Order: sequence, then structure tokens, then C-alpha cells
Amino acid sequence: MPKILVIAEHNGAKLNTSTAKTVACAASMDEAIIDVAVFAADASFIAIEAAKLNSVKRVMKYERSENEHSLAAIIAPQIIAIAEEYTHIFAPSTTFGKDLMPRVAALLGVNQISDVMSIESSRIFKRPIYAGNAIETIEIPMQDIVVATIRIASYAATTNGNSATIESGNPSKVKLPTHTRFVEIKSSVTDRPDLQTAAKVVSGGRALASEENFDIIYKLAGKLNAAVGASRAAVDAGYVPNEMQVGQTGKIIAPDLYIAIGISGAIQHLTGIKDAGTIIAINKDAEAPIFEVADIGLVADLFIAVPELIEALN
Amino acid sequence: MEKILVGLKRVVDYNVRVRVKSDSSGIETEGVKMSINPFDEIALEEALRIKERGEASEIIVISIGSTEAQQQLRTGLAMGADRAILVETDSQVGSLCVARAIKSFIDRDSVDLVILGKQAIDGDNNQTAQMLSAIWDRPQATFASQLEIKGDKAMVTREIDAGLEVIEIDLPAVISADLRMNEPRYVKLPDIMKAKKKPLEITALSDLNIDQGPEIKSLLFEAPLERSRGAMVNDVAELVATLKEKGLA
Ligand SMILES: Cc1cc2nc3c(=O)[nH]c(=O)nc-3n(C[C@H](O)[C@H](O)[C@H](O)COP(=O)(O)OP(=O)(O)OC[C@H]3O[C@@H](n4cnc5c(N)ncnc54)[C@H](O)[C@@H]3O)c2cc1C
Repeated sequence: MPKILVIAEHNGAKLNTSTAKTVACAASMDEAIIDVAVFAADASFIAIEAAKLNSVKRVMKYERSENEHSLAAIIAPQIIAIAEEYTHIFAPSTTFGKDLMPRVAALLGVNQISDVMSIESSRIFKRPIYAGNAIETIEIPMQDIVVATIRIASYAATTNGNSATIESGNPSKVKLPTHTRFVEIKSSVTDRPDLQTAAKVVSGGRALASEENFDIIYKLAGKLNAAVGASRAAVDAGYVPNEMQVGQTGKIIAPDLYIAIGISGAIQHLTGIKDAGTIIAINKDAEAPIFEVADIGLVADLFIAVPELIEALN
Repeated sequence: MEKILVGLKRVVDYNVRVRVKSDSSGIETEGVKMSINPFDEIALEEALRIKERGEASEIIVISIGSTEAQQQLRTGLAMGADRAILVETDSQVGSLCVARAIKSFIDRDSVDLVILGKQAIDGDNNQTAQMLSAIWDRPQATFASQLEIKGDKAMVTREIDAGLEVIEIDLPAVISADLRMNEPRYVKLPDIMKAKKKPLEITALSDLNIDQGPEIKSLLFEAPLERSRGAMVNDVAELVATLKEKGLA
């Protein structure tokens, strides 16, 4: 019977929704028994949230002051210390999981699977390659523990309603390195919906041409209660911060509604929105590749169409 | 710091629209343009800049792959690397094997810093830097957009989902480069000529004394489900009407 350990992602205070999506993936494996591990300085509130997730059998808390900042070099050896109990170790394919899981796999002497989008059996998985232009089915060698990151855009979050048991692990036995030290996080604080989990997303591209012009994207997003995203070109040009990039090397998202404004639709961008419900594109070039994937397209100058759209939604 | 090692992977150029072979056995690479993985080019550019600031004395590029990967190593030498290593193999090797191969040259050549691209745009795995630092038992600084060397330490700014994270690490260490770290230089013709004289060492993967373990097996390659072209609307009023119809506004 598969016994799966899901590594919880959190920001020190709250559980990230990516954890509930990873649990949903784990629960899609036949007969899986699922534990969630929380590595934190103070895991109490996070563990309570994790215990509510349906399909979870047990939540393990590993509390140490060193766990305050989720550094891969610090958490990986603690996972190794408990890995023996499990057949599979999963984490979300967010920057947290991508940083951590290869380190875990290498310490266990196994290869790692990135971006699982579907579970075919306990050893057979599907994953996207080449910016989503091909899907590969892979099989893990029989004797290996399966270490994987989960493509969260492929899963709907597990619902709440459970009350799994919460236990405290004893992590103090593990010797931790001191060679990696957290200094600071710089985030642009916003009260807008979170890009990775929002039901609606409005994104702007290079065509916005300045940080100031991006205001109309924020305004439209505000009207729709949507999160704001961007193409790489808009981030590179400094119109918006890096955490807003959508695509192969940014965030892979699956909102119900995605509105691409002044974005050409490069494959690296499209791979980030393949799972969106409805895609709307506004672009002044009728030949832009974004129209090949858009459900609704409008050929227009964004500086005229977007203010009109905001007005019409009033 | 003496030596910086940079990994260069030969991949299908990012402008090529890849296709799955009709027998589902792999990706069509026949006659397709091949290039250095874009993230690896950024890694090399960063190493060259460190050397140009006088903070390192030798830049070594390494590739694990087929004999054709010599082309990408030559390009790396033309960009300014001092010497190159090809670990030759015709089989598809996983990230762990690549990390182990790189590690054997870190030990042999006493490398002080390794810079790799954060992911290769073929497999999109994003693993090798993390695996290498694990088996080397050294710090990792992944998805780096800024790197500042301070003696035997480095300050690294990382692009993470929440924004930018700054960490301080002890050297030696492994850095993985993100897109915004720098803009790689263009290679000039005289540099291509000069690169032909730089040393390029070739070793068979099977001659390295590393555990090659069982690899993950590829069973099947499929084209993804394509989204189809939808309807065009003529103006904003029509757009709003369609949105309302679908319950999206
Ligand atoms: C390794 C690699 C990884 C990458 N990863 C990503 C990624 O994660 N995400 C990503 O987005 N990109 C990524 N890219 C970059 C990608 O290839 C494109 O360069 C980028 O997506 C282009 O951004 P854009 O559509 O905003 O700009 P452009 O391609 O310049 O498109 C601008 C569009 O705006 C339209 N336009 C101009 N003016 C107006 C106007 N007034 N009104 C309406 N429309 C207008 C134009 O017709 C055009 O279609 C990556 C590239 C590489 C090589």
C-alpha cells in the first residue's frame, strides 16, 4: 500500500493552498495513506489547517527555530530522517518544492520527478516537457522511493472537513548545516487575490510600455476581483515585479478566467495558462498567436479597449 | 576564488516548435536547430563577469551528452570560458547521474563555485543544481537573479513565488541562474577562431567511477491536448455581453 508524505508549504503563519492541491494529487493514487509534514518554527496553526484537509491521515509537526524560513538545505536532512517510513514523498511544484525536492532525492540516492500532472499507478506518472509541448509518461524503478513535485494547476484543492491526528515529531536529533542563512524577503504587499490560486486573472504584456500604464490592468482586475499577472517581457522591462510572471519559468496557473492584454502568446507564456477555463485576448495584431488559443478574441488597441471595458463593467 | 565550473546543456533551440514522433517514442530532433540551454548561457555570462571583475581566475565549462555537444562547448569557449570538458554518452541520463558526473570534476579540479542554469528547456526538470549541492554537501542558491561574491561568502537574491528572497551562503556552493540574472553577450567572429585553440577534454561517462543507478524509464510521449481557436468579438460591448453570458462578469 502506498504511504505518501506530503511536505506542507507555508509562510510561517498560514498553510499555502498548494498543499491542499498536492494532497488532492496524492489522494488520486489507489489506497494511498497520506501524512502531511509541517517543518516550521511554530507549526501549531499550520498543523491545525493541514489536519482539516480531507484524505489526510496524520499531520506531523517538526518545530525548530532553524525551520523559520523554509531553507532547502535545512529541511532536506530532516525529511531524510523520516523518509524510511514512506513509499512516496510529494511537494508542490512551486519555487518552495522545486528548491527542496531534488535535494531530498539526491540525499536518498534516487532521481526525482518534476511536475506530476497525472498519476497512472503508484510508479507511473505523466508530466509535461518542452514547455508543455509534449507529455511524457514515465516509470520509476521498482526499488526506489518516489520523490516528486506536483503540478498544482492540474489539481483542484482537497476540501476541508477532516480532523486528522496531529503529532509532534522529534527533529532535534538531526544535525543541521549553518552554511545557508536567510537574510530577507522583499514582496510587494497587495490586497489583491493571489495569482496562483485566483479564479480570475488579468495579465499585461510588453504593450503596456510602462509601470504607470499598468494601472489600467490593476483597475480592470479590481473590477473583476481578479489577480494580476504579466508576461516575461513586462517583468524584464520592470513594469511589474517578478512574482507576477506567468509561464514556463514563472507561475503555471489554472484560473476560470484569464484575460491576456497586449501579450503576443509565445509558447513559454502559453504553457502557464493551458489549464485556464476561458481565455480572453485583447491584442491589436489580428495575427498574434494568442488568438489561436483564446476562447474569445478582440482585435483592438488596448489603450482604447481596456478603459472602455472598465467603464462597461461599472 | 580560483575556479568556477559552469554546466552547458545542448538542447533544442527555444524558438523551435517541438513535435512528438509519430510512433510516440520521443521528440523529433532530426534536422532541428540545437543551442546552449538559455539558462546555461546566463550562468556562463555570470561566471565570465565574476572573472572580469578579478574575483575568479579560471572558467571551466562542462557538458554531459553526445559528441555533438562539443559545438555548444565551443560556443562557451568563444564566449570566454578558458577550457571545456565533455563527458560523453549517447544515453539519456537523469539529473542525478549528471550531478554525480559534475561532482567528479569538482573533486578532481578543486572547483570553488558552480553555476548552472535553473532548468533545461527540454525536460524542464529544474533539479541538477540542487542534487549537486546535496551530494557535495554544500549550500544551494537556486533561481538566482543577483549574485555578489564577498570573499568566502556570497549574497544571492532568489526569484521565488512570494517575491525576492536574499540568502547568504558560504563558498564553495552551487548557484542556479534565473532569466533576469544578466543578458548574455554575443559571440564575435574572432572569438570563435580563438576558441578553436582552447582545450576541450573528452571523457566517456562510463570511464568515470560513478554510480549510474537505475534510470527513470520513458514509456510514452504524447502531444498535449490543444486548445482550439474560439470566437472573435467585434467590440467591447460584445465582449462584455459574452462575459456576462458565461457568468464571468
Ligand atoms: C527560456 C525562456 C523562458 C521564458 N519564460 C517565459 C515565461 O515564463 N513567461 C513569459 O511570458 N515569457 C517567457 N519567455 C519569453 C517569451 O518567449 C516572450 O518573449 C514573451 O512572453 C513576450 O512577452 P509579450 O507577449 O508581453 O511581448 P511581445 O511578444 O512583444 O508582445 C506584445 C504584444 O502586444 C501587442 N500590442 C502592442 N501594442 C498594443 C496595443 N496598443 N494594444 C494591443 N496590443 C498591443 C503586440 O501586437 C504583441 O502581440 C521565455 C523565453 C525563454 C527563452
